Amino acid sequence: MKFTSILTGAALALGLAGAAMAQDKTKVGFVYVGPVGDGGWTYEHNQGRLAVEKEFGDAVETVFQENVPEGADAERVLTQMALSGADLIFTTSFGYMDPTVNVAAKFPNVKFEHATGYKRADNVSTYSARFYEGRAIQGHIAGKMTKSNVIGYIASFPIPEVIRGINSAYIHAKKVNPDVEFKIIWAYTWFDPAKEADAAKALIEQGADVILQHTDSTAPQAAAEQAGNVITFGQASDMGEYAPMPRVSSIIDNWAPYYLARTKAVMDGTWTSVDTWDGIGAGMVGIGEISDAVPADVKAEALAMKDAIAAGTYHPFTGPLKKQDGSDWLAEGEVADDGTLAGMGFYVEGIVGDIPQ
Amino acid sequence: MDLGSINPILLVASLMVAATPIILAAIGELVVEKAGVLNLGVEGMMITGAVCGFIVAVETDSPTLGFLCAALGGAVLSLLFGLLTQYLLSNQVATGLGLTLFGLGLSALLGQSYVGLKAPATPKLDIPVLSDIPVLGPVLFSHDLMVYLALALLAGVWAVLKYSRAGLILRAVGENHDAAHALGYKVVRIRLLAIMFGGACAGLGGAYVSLIRVPQWTEGMTAGAGWIALAIVVFASWKPGRVLLGAYLFGGITVLQLNLQAAGVAIPVEYLSMSPYLITIVVLVIMSADRSRAALNAPASLGRTFHASH
Repeated sequence: MKFTSILTGAALALGLAGAAMAQDKTKVGFVYVGPVGDGGWTYEHNQGRLAVEKEFGDAVETVFQENVPEGADAERVLTQMALSGADLIFTTSFGYMDPTVNVAAKFPNVKFEHATGYKRADNVSTYSARFYEGRAIQGHIAGKMTKSNVIGYIASFPIPEVIRGINSAYIHAKKVNPDVEFKIIWAYTWFDPAKEADAAKALIEQGADVILQHTDSTAPQAAAEQAGNVITFGQASDMGEYAPMPRVSSIIDNWAPYYLARTKAVMDGTWTSVDTWDGIGAGMVGIGEISDAVPADVKAEALAMKDAIAAGTYHPFTGPLKKQDGSDWLAEGEVADDGTLAGMGFYVEGIVGDIPQ
Repeated sequence: MDLGSINPILLVASLMVAATPIILAAIGELVVEKAGVLNLGVEGMMITGAVCGFIVAVETDSPTLGFLCAALGGAVLSLLFGLLTQYLLSNQVATGLGLTLFGLGLSALLGQSYVGLKAPATPKLDIPVLSDIPVLGPVLFSHDLMVYLALALLAGVWAVLKYSRAGLILRAVGENHDAAHALGYKVVRIRLLAIMFGGACAGLGGAYVSLIRVPQWTEGMTAGAGWIALAIVVFASWKPGRVLLGAYLFGGITVLQLNLQAAGVAIPVEYLSMSPYLITIVVLVIMSADRSRAALNAPASLGRTFHASH
């Protein structure tokens, strides 16, 4: 919110005299790509922010800015936030990567935390969640439940995180249903309900009876509900208002524990630049309740897979796996390493179509 | 590539849905321009209609009331434009652009606490028997009421402009406001009414997006549909029938590009995404290539300020 930042700017100007008092409070900033009411990605980040406020009470002050475009605008917002005295800033979208690193270089005393990126510095940490673990479970349920054998996928941007999700879902759908086919639409947006709804409709018209989305709004859920007999999964947030149909389960991002720990680290002066990538085991990725629309045996299998992933006994990218062009990737029993996963830029064998460049 | 997976019947059916907001906004703007006023604020009025409709529909749980208030909201906003341009004689182009920017901001402010909410469902008008006809059924007879209303409005505007005395007066005002004034017609009053009609139509179009097509509210959700509507009025050379053609062409390509993507056509996604706008531009170029004819169709007093000196 621009207004909030104006207010905080004004408050800062007024409060210069009381700088000693301001020192006591740890100021934590959040930059969001969508509105906090998107019901998905940004909503969950904001829940993390609220958890920080609740936990530390008067010891912290949080500020946030919604709907910040990825790119030059983000740099401006970050600079302003750093100037207004933030001690720790979370930038919660992939596209903020370069702006975060650029601004961090100018403010060595401010700590930055960038979500889902891979560029770090002394005062820039990165953190992400292993969403692909949740995608594996989605793929399993989708493969079991599809009757048309067509699964629609609304992808956002062609970045490793999204490609990983597509691959993971595809591998596990294919495993239980060899006839399954993925239709992928690249929406080129994280949040644009009109476009997401149109994409969902186009996929449904082409026979998809499962819609997976990597975009943040609930519009595809609404489109599926209208169409009937189409199942969806909540993305980033539970999207429970669409349960039990069309939403049969969800991937829930749980950022609160991480935000609490990192805020605490800044307060204690123990903050260091780290690279965190946690999954179901650590609780950063949650699986929303699997609704009754899913047959009991499928539900049990899905939960068993969840437990195996959480315990570390099963990795969603376990060989034998080939790349789309037919070349070998992982041998029998081999598990993908984090480096390959973090930079994944290829489809696995069986997916039709090209990744846009 | 699997073009066979595109179902042409469903494609045409969703084309009609995608074109409806543009038809509504364009037909309103056509009437405004026929009256000699160029209102570039269509986008602003649409988005204001979208948010007004959404808020009222959520609060009252009635999509019908939502649509009514969307029309009202659009009309009220357009009245602002009307007062500025007709009484204060401000520049129409600048005022219209200002109206768009104002509408976008105002709607974002109004909609702050409505982001992410669910709109009440608008029932589909499944006409028994008729909607079961193969091919024609799903294409023509299984939409929501607004699709038919938009078409009826279009036909109504065409009939009124062509056959009625009111239409003749409206056109007279648009062609030569001085002559119309000399004949005793209230130029400013007629134009204000036309502007409000345009605002109401744009508001309805916006509400169609927020209440039926998506249905959800988010900032800037009309995403340029208002500008497309403006372009389509020119494309249609101010003829209602061609508005329908233009809107279906644009809506059709919008839907088609998503379907092509899903079918895995090996055209880069970026080209597909820009294709609806590209084709609109191409068609505009073709239409305006013959300058004399294009100029002949435009209302002669379009965009000119009218001031009765005596």
